[in-house]
This record gives sequence, C-alpha cells and structure tokens, in this order.
Amino acid sequence: MDFIIAKYNYWIYIILMMIGFYAMIVKNNLAKKVVGMNIFQTALILLFISTGVKTGGATVPIVIGDAHGHAIPGTLHAIDYINPLPHVLMLTAIVVMVATFGVALALLIMIFKRYKTIEEDEILEIRRKEAFT
Amino acid sequence: MSTQYPALIVIVPLMSALICFVVGWWNRNFCYKIAVAAIAVSFYSSVVTMKDVMANGVIHYWVGSWEPPWGIEYVVDYLNGYMLIIITFISLLAVIASKKSVEKDFPEKAPAFYSIFLLLVTGLVGITITGDVFNVYVFLEIASIAAYALIAIGKRDHAPMASFNYVIYGTVGACFYLIGVGYLYMVTGSLNMADLAKLLPDLYNSKVVLVGFAFLLVGVCIKMALFPLHMWLPDAYSLAPDSVSSLIAPLMTKVSAYVMIRIMFTIFQPVFSFEMLPVGSICGWLAVIAIFVGGIRALAQKDLKNMLVYILVAEVGYIVIGISVGNRIGLTGAILHIMNDAAMMACLFLIVGAIAYKTGITDITQFRHMNQKMPFTMAAFTITALSMVGLPPACGFFSKWYLVLGAINANQWVLVVTLLISSLINAILFFRVIEYAYFYPHPEHGAEEHVHATSHGHAEIVMNEAPLSMLIPILIMATLILVLGPFSGKIISSIIQFAIPAGF
Amino acid sequence: MIRRHEDIIIESLARFLTPFIQAFALYVLFLGHYSPGGGFQGGVLMGASFILLVIAYDIIEGKRRITEKFNIVLNATGVMVFSGTGLLCLILGGEFLDYSQLAAILPVGPEEARGLGILAVEIGVEITVAAIMVSIFLDLASAGEHEEALK
Repeated sequence: MDFIIAKYNYWIYIILMMIGFYAMIVKNNLAKKVVGMNIFQTALILLFISTGVKTGGATVPIVIGDAHGHAIPGTLHAIDYINPLPHVLMLTAIVVMVATFGVALALLIMIFKRYKTIEEDEILEIRRKEAFT
Repeated sequence: MSTQYPALIVIVPLMSALICFVVGWWNRNFCYKIAVAAIAVSFYSSVVTMKDVMANGVIHYWVGSWEPPWGIEYVVDYLNGYMLIIITFISLLAVIASKKSVEKDFPEKAPAFYSIFLLLVTGLVGITITGDVFNVYVFLEIASIAAYALIAIGKRDHAPMASFNYVIYGTVGACFYLIGVGYLYMVTGSLNMADLAKLLPDLYNSKVVLVGFAFLLVGVCIKMALFPLHMWLPDAYSLAPDSVSSLIAPLMTKVSAYVMIRIMFTIFQPVFSFEMLPVGSICGWLAVIAIFVGGIRALAQKDLKNMLVYILVAEVGYIVIGISVGNRIGLTGAILHIMNDAAMMACLFLIVGAIAYKTGITDITQFRHMNQKMPFTMAAFTITALSMVGLPPACGFFSKWYLVLGAINANQWVLVVTLLISSLINAILFFRVIEYAYFYPHPEHGAEEHVHATSHGHAEIVMNEAPLSMLIPILIMATLILVLGPFSGKIISSIIQFAIPAGF
Repeated sequence: MIRRHEDIIIESLARFLTPFIQAFALYVLFLGHYSPGGGFQGGVLMGASFILLVIAYDIIEGKRRITEKFNIVLNATGVMVFSGTGLLCLILGGEFLDYSQLAAILPVGPEEARGLGILAVEIGVEITVAAIMVSIFLDLASAGEHEEALK
C-alpha cells in the first residue's frame, strides 16, 4: 500500500498516459484521437514537473529580496528550492504540444473537406470503394 | 569567425526560413533563390567544419559560452561531420530539383513550401550536430512537424489522411523518446551526452536506467520505421509531393538511425547494449523481418514510387543489421550504408520526380521505351539499380560486403542468408523496371505513344528529357554513386574508422 | 464561422477587458526574470486578447483587421529579433547567444548584459507567439475560407 501512496505522482501519470494512448488507438473519431494525443503529452509534462519536487519543505525557486529589490547576502542552499530545470524543459514541450495540435487540427479540416466525415471507419470505407473503381 | 561554423550550419537555414516567408509575400520567385543560397551556405559550413575536425580533433561548441553540463553544447566528431555533409548535400540537390515541380503543382504555396523546407533542413541538421539529449528532442520535433506539413501540401488524394497517421505515430515516438530522457535525467541529473556517458556506468544495474533505455530505443525505432513500427511510412512517403519525398525519404530515417547509434554506443557503452541486454538479437531479428516484409511487399507494387517506399523499409533493416551484430566491421558497414543508401534513395526519388513531372507516368507497366524518351534519366536509374543490387564498382556493393563480413564474424548465418536473398529480391525489382524501359520491341505503325511515323514505316520516339534543374542533380548523384564505390576504402580509413565509438 | 450577434454585454465587456489583458501580458513578459512568466506565457496572453475580440465580434471583421500579411510580418520580426540578438553576439566575437559580448555595445558590465540579452530574446519570443496564436486561430476558425476578407 505504501508502494502506491508514496509514489502517487507516477501512478497518476501512468493512468493519464494510458487513457491518452487508449483514446489514440481505439476511438474512431479523428478529433478524439487528437484529444487523446493531447492527454498523452500532458501526462508526460506532469511526470517531468513532479520529479522536480524535493522533500523537506522546499519552496518555489524564486529568491525573495528585501524591499528595494536587492538580494539578501549569504549563501543560498539548493535544498530549499525545488528544481527549476524540469519546468524550463517542459515549457519547450508545451510549445511542441501546441504546435503539433495546431497541425493536427489543420489536417482535420483538410480531411473533412475531402471526405465530408471525420470517422475513421467511414474514411477507410470511402478509400476502399474508390480504390476499386 | 572560423570557429563559429558549427553554429552557422543551424542558424542560416532557420533565419532564411522566415526571411523566405516574408519575401515570398511580395515576390514569389525569390523564395527559390533564398532557399538554395541558405542550404549552400550550410553545406559549405559543414565541409569546413569537417575539415576542421579532421585536422584538429573533436570540436566542442558551447552555445552561449556556458560550460557543459550547465549549458548546451554542439559536439562535432567524425560521425557527426560525416552525417552533416551527407544531409546538407542531399538537401541542396533536393531543393535545386524542386523548382519545376513546385511551379507545376502548387505555385501559390511556394513561399510557405520553401520556408517549411528550410525548417525541415534546420531540424535534421540540428539533430545531428547537438550534444545534448533534450536538444535532440526539440530538433526532432521541429523536423517532424515540418514533415507533417510538407506531406499534406499539394493536391494528392488521401495525402492529408497519410499525414494524420504520421502525426499520431510520430508524436507517440517523440514522447517515448522524451520519457526516456526524463528517466535518465531523474537518476543522473544531467542532459549532456558526454556527461551521461560518464555518470551512467555506475547505474547500469538500476531498473530506471533500463526502462529509460527501452523507451529511448522504442521512440527512435518508431521514427526510424523499423518493423513493426513502420506502418506510417508507406502511405506518408508515397503520397507526398515529389519534391518533398526526394528530401524526406533519404534523410529522416538515416538521421534517426544516427540517433540510435548515439544512444547505443556513445551514451550507453556497448557492454550495456549488447552484453547486459539482448538488444543485438532483438534488433537483428526485427531487421530480418523488415527486410523480407519490405522486399515482398515491394514485389507486389505496380507503382514505382510505392515500390521504392517499401524498399526503403528494407534498407532500414540493413542499417539495423549492421548495428546489431555488435562488432567493428558490422558498424563500419552500417555507417557506410547510411551514406550509400542516402545517395541511392535520393537519386531514385529524384528520378521518379523527373519522370512524373515530364510524362506523368508512375506505373511501371507504362514505362515502355522510356530509355528513348528520357535516356539520361534511365541511365542514372540503371546505375542506381546496379548499386542497389550490389554489383561493383557501384557503392552499394562495398557497404553490403562489410555488412556480410560483419555478420559472418559474429556467426549470425541467418543475417548473411537474409542479406543475400534480399539482393536477389532487389535484382528482380529493378530489372523488372529496366526490362520495361529498355527491352520492349519498337512499336509498329499506329501505336499510341509519342511517335512520329517516318517515311520508311519504322516509328520513331521523340526524346523528351527532364528539365535541367532536375537532370543535373540526378546526374551528380549517379556519378557519385559510381565514384564513391572505389573510394570506400579511403573513406573508411580516414573518416569512419574514427567515427566508431571506442569500446570495440 | 463566428457571426456577429450584436450582444451589447459581451461586446462591451470584451472591449473593456482587452487592454488589461494586454497590459498583463507585458507585465508577465518583463517579470520573467524573477517569477513565473517570460516570453511564451506573455505571448499566449497577448494572442488570447485578440482572440477574445474576434470571438466577441465577427470573424470576417477580425480577418480584415488582423490581415495575414500583418501576422506573417510580425511572426518574422519576432524570430529575427531572437536570431538577430544571437547573431549580433556571434559578430561581436562570442558564440551564438553569448550575451556577455553585448557589453561592447551597451553601457553595462558582462553580467548585466546577459540579463538584458535574455530580455531581448524574450521580447522576440512574445511577438512571435502572439502572432502565431492569432494566426492559428483565424485560419482554423475560418477553415481557410472567407478569402474576401483578405482582399
């Protein structure tokens, strides 16, 4: 039981990733596949961010200065601040996610204009019929 | 300034992509010139960088002057420099040959086409030159998103559906790669390839590293189209416009194979990849099945472009055989085959583009008398066909020789037999086309093709060769295929021998 | 197809909120040094302010005011600001994106030059991201049609 509770962030990310993967593979509607792809990538972002947390009361990685904005003298201990590097990496991953989403939606519009439907089984049926004529 | 060439290889196509897009809004004909100029500058920079590497050793370029592992660095060693020259040269030929077919198929989208083309080249070059695993993901996605857009451009039927399939598959592959990077980062705290290579050997027994390695490899195999993850490739590459497929088909799978070599040999030592895990035998068996599946499905195709695409699936199998045998000769064969296969595939796809542009025919059964309509193009096709089958002095013979030797050295007789049978299948595939093109008897009076019935009753076919902007790249590639063969020994002794990572 | 509904509450609310959203976008951009924020976040907010206006009003009117040419030029400007800063550092003698070389032009020391260089890059990113967000929305919402708005 401790195995599940202590590592709950990994369980959440695995469940979300599998929901996204299931949607990408099983669903017939192409728009649902795109949404599944989005959930898949979001789960990945959650994984990265959740691994930056440090136990023992670490706070956000912002150094608070005094009233004039100057830094407080003395050394900073890295143990007091969570790891900011995964956050920065995930900014890039979010941009990639948005760009892929945009391309996928533009492709959906092109597909709809051509086949008048966005259900995958109907599209495959249309392709099969046209291949035999 | 001479030390800044590694950065120029990536920056120049990137900035030119945006300049091309803006300039194209005012004058559409300028985009082609900007694209050719940008890739030519990139090619020159990569040649200068390679000469620098051969003179001075490995180049480390610290972006932003931050020392690794805190900053991103570009590392150019022998393997990198070799791949950079291949990528920029083939991109240069592909963009030169794309002018006529872009003007014919989608002239109003020319600014967008050339700008996305340049972004794709930026992505491919960036994957090769960087020394940071997360940077590989960023450039991999730049190249992939540009490829998704380029495949759906143009008016081919069913192309948007093929591109949509590629979007789903490619995103899953890139996300698996990112999960692998995340797992490695969790246990080592570093994203730099050289730093990971130092930190990882103590952790080889950890399950996190094992799972990270597995995710990295599966992600790269999806991008590389290794069987059984190749299902996106036939539709996407055959339905793409011709000017696009002559760029993507030779390069994207080879760059992903390069990433696989980096993961298995630079980040993880060969002792992990081959002795602690059975990666060699798994990849070997998958490659064997890939070669057979690719070959047999290619035999069933009547359309030349579809046939070439299935042959591409088989060629990926060759490279993976070279990687998976796990000895020096096999890896030499794989790296040599990357260059040879890129050259052969570029030449073949350029030829298909030229034939489709001039005559509109891609069905093999209608290739009769093509040698009289387009003699130079078919001569280049014959040379490339000889190279694909594996006959000397064309370059294909030498890389297959090294692959067979490597398989024999590792006592993998199944791989040897597969390589030989696949040469036979290639021979059948290409001689079929050559027979249609060369060996059909002359048509009689009143035949239906381009004939001028002359006075003595023997019909004549007029020559209708491809335009120069398409013909010159084809002839350059064909000459290179013939020339690179006898020079293979020199290439191996001066470049590839040092490109193989230590540990063999 | 977003048609005009002539609903006075939505229209005046959108018109009222847009300057505040844009000011907040600029605030987020400049505060990226010290707190969560930066170029991409500010750019998305800026783009969202224009998208709010287009949703509240009419898409044909939106395409007429925010033309495709304007978006392309703004997009390229942003990337040029980013790459241009990096290229400037290359020309001044350092590596690509080595902002400490900017101390040769600006009257500050190398460390502050690094801070100002990052700010310039973030401004470029914000311009590009705002233009791209609006461009993606307008193209997808109109499904590539309504060419009469582009004349």
